[in-house]
Amino acid sequence: MRVTSLRRVRSWQHVKEQFIQGLLFGCALLSIVTTLSIIYVLFSEAIFALPPHRAFFQEVSVSEFVSETRWTPQFEGSNCHYGVMPLVCGTLLITVISAIIGLPSGLLIAVYLSEYATPRARTVFKPVLELLAGIPTVVYGYFALKFLTPVIIVPVMKGLFGIDVDGFNALSGGIVVGIMIIPMVASLSEDVLRAVPNSLREAGYALGSTKFDVSSKIVVPSALSGILASFLLALSRSIGETMAVAMAAGQQPSLTLNPMVSIQTMTGFIVNVMQGDVVAGSTLEKSLYAVALVLFGMTLTMNLISQVVLSRYREVYQ
Amino acid sequence: MSLHGSDYSSQLVWRHRLGFAFEWLCRIVTWACMGILALLMFFIIRQAWGWLDSSFLTRGNSYVAKDAGIVSGLWGSVWLIILTAVMSIPLGVGAAIYLEEYAKPSRLTKLIQLNISNLAGVPSIVYGILGFTVFVRMFGLRDRPEKFICSLGFVDISFELPLGRVVLSGAATLTLLSLPVVIISAQEALRAVPASLRHASLALGATKWQTIRHQVLPAALPGIMTGVILAMSRALGETAPLAVLGAAAQLSVVPGRIGGLGDLLRNPGKLAQAPFDQFTAIPLQIYSWVSDPSRDFEHVAAAGIVVLLTVLIALNGTAIFIRQRFQKKIRW
Repeated sequence: MRVTSLRRVRSWQHVKEQFIQGLLFGCALLSIVTTLSIIYVLFSEAIFALPPHRAFFQEVSVSEFVSETRWTPQFEGSNCHYGVMPLVCGTLLITVISAIIGLPSGLLIAVYLSEYATPRARTVFKPVLELLAGIPTVVYGYFALKFLTPVIIVPVMKGLFGIDVDGFNALSGGIVVGIMIIPMVASLSEDVLRAVPNSLREAGYALGSTKFDVSSKIVVPSALSGILASFLLALSRSIGETMAVAMAAGQQPSLTLNPMVSIQTMTGFIVNVMQGDVVAGSTLEKSLYAVALVLFGMTLTMNLISQVVLSRYREVYQ
Repeated sequence: MSLHGSDYSSQLVWRHRLGFAFEWLCRIVTWACMGILALLMFFIIRQAWGWLDSSFLTRGNSYVAKDAGIVSGLWGSVWLIILTAVMSIPLGVGAAIYLEEYAKPSRLTKLIQLNISNLAGVPSIVYGILGFTVFVRMFGLRDRPEKFICSLGFVDISFELPLGRVVLSGAATLTLLSLPVVIISAQEALRAVPASLRHASLALGATKWQTIRHQVLPAALPGIMTGVILAMSRALGETAPLAVLGAAAQLSVVPGRIGGLGDLLRNPGKLAQAPFDQFTAIPLQIYSWVSDPSRDFEHVAAAGIVVLLTVLIALNGTAIFIRQRFQKKIRW
């Protein structure tokens, strides 16, 4: 009797265990579902839709999208052009400026934290970096628009070079995005720098290297792939950055490399259009998905490369 | 300055100088980062000075800068974060438990893991587009939203399908956005629990789930909570996905139209109605105030930023406190 009841308890336990495992597996599978639905949504609105509906590229040719140099989807009739180049150009401009600001500073901070800083200095700087990383992007946008542009950029450019700067400009947007990616580069690069085994450093010292030689010729080169991966992740973050850029750099799509004028990025366009009421099913609405698809493709490629590089790197030193 | 190496000691001096200069360069950049943070805080507090008083928190928005308040955004953000936490904690922790405790190292597991790290890097605005299509519009299922009334016995909830721009759509979007972060941090917390704990529990005859439920999860809880709080504080500051959903930038009412504690006690049903009501959030209000051409509104925006940053710093502080306190207590 006791045996059978115990067996019944066991089998009931077994069913319960299986059920819970299935449930947990479902949770894990949700991430795949999310990715698939992102791809489905972008694909079905931008590239191909079944007959009653028409996707963006069934209304606008791919060649116009790629080669046209004007982006004026809000206009009517013949003034309406769908050339994504100005938006891509704006995004790249912001990304390049932010890279110039953010990547070297992030790397220098990482080297400092991993090679030079005392444990006490680390306990001070790490939370500060976390705090910088936790500040919402609207706050950076406000800072760029109300402080960086009027108080620093405009007077400096006018006084030193005699250049007039717009109230909205790519430079201020790029600078704050650069500040935003510093914590990310610093903490990711610091992790890879610290993963470099001490025996390499000691070998360098034994050969008579100074600390600078060890840092710059041994530690950084041996962590290079990891550092590059962190750079890629940071760049993909600046490409996808929205609010700070939309607020500071303006909403003027233009094919220019001049950082002193107003531009529009891919993300800025999306947020700007969605703020107003878009007619459902209009080409303007579909163009959002096309732009989002380009954005998603760019960031996904960079993320994938850096993930692969980072995981290879981990295998090397562990 | 002999780079030619004829005089070894002078070359060494030069190399030490270079090293010294480099160390100071690193130090200056690191301090500059702190300087920027301080400058940003100082500038925002100066801008907000005189505009932030207690009634700022209890007023609705207004066209007159002096009368503008943040109450609707504040409660909108509170509702968003509560619902996001309710949805993303079980899903995220569940996924983390599966990946850490159950999953065998297979292709599928590797794929899920890579996919999660990639989702963490997808721009938030893409989540906004996803949320807009899936939750707000539901793939354009119906041309016109249809009203439904769901009776729970003591209270009727009315909602529309497609959901439209309501709190629930916003929270669902933020859930998808914060899930990767929650999963990754929960995985790290679970990984930090030593295997001996699991072995001891299994050796005493506990099943796998009993082990996880009663031994592993409690041990990993502080780490999980830290990660969850940080993820929620990031979700709280998100503007782009909500703006893309088309959430109202300014509203004069709070979700569920709850007019204070007395009102809530008289009509508790409003609590259930709130997720299906329109909303705005603090960062959205800040964005719309910044866009306002009137100069006065930039001070209102600064006051809003101070409120937002205060909440964020409080959340981050809680996370750090939990981390410090429980890390010390548990010794394996």
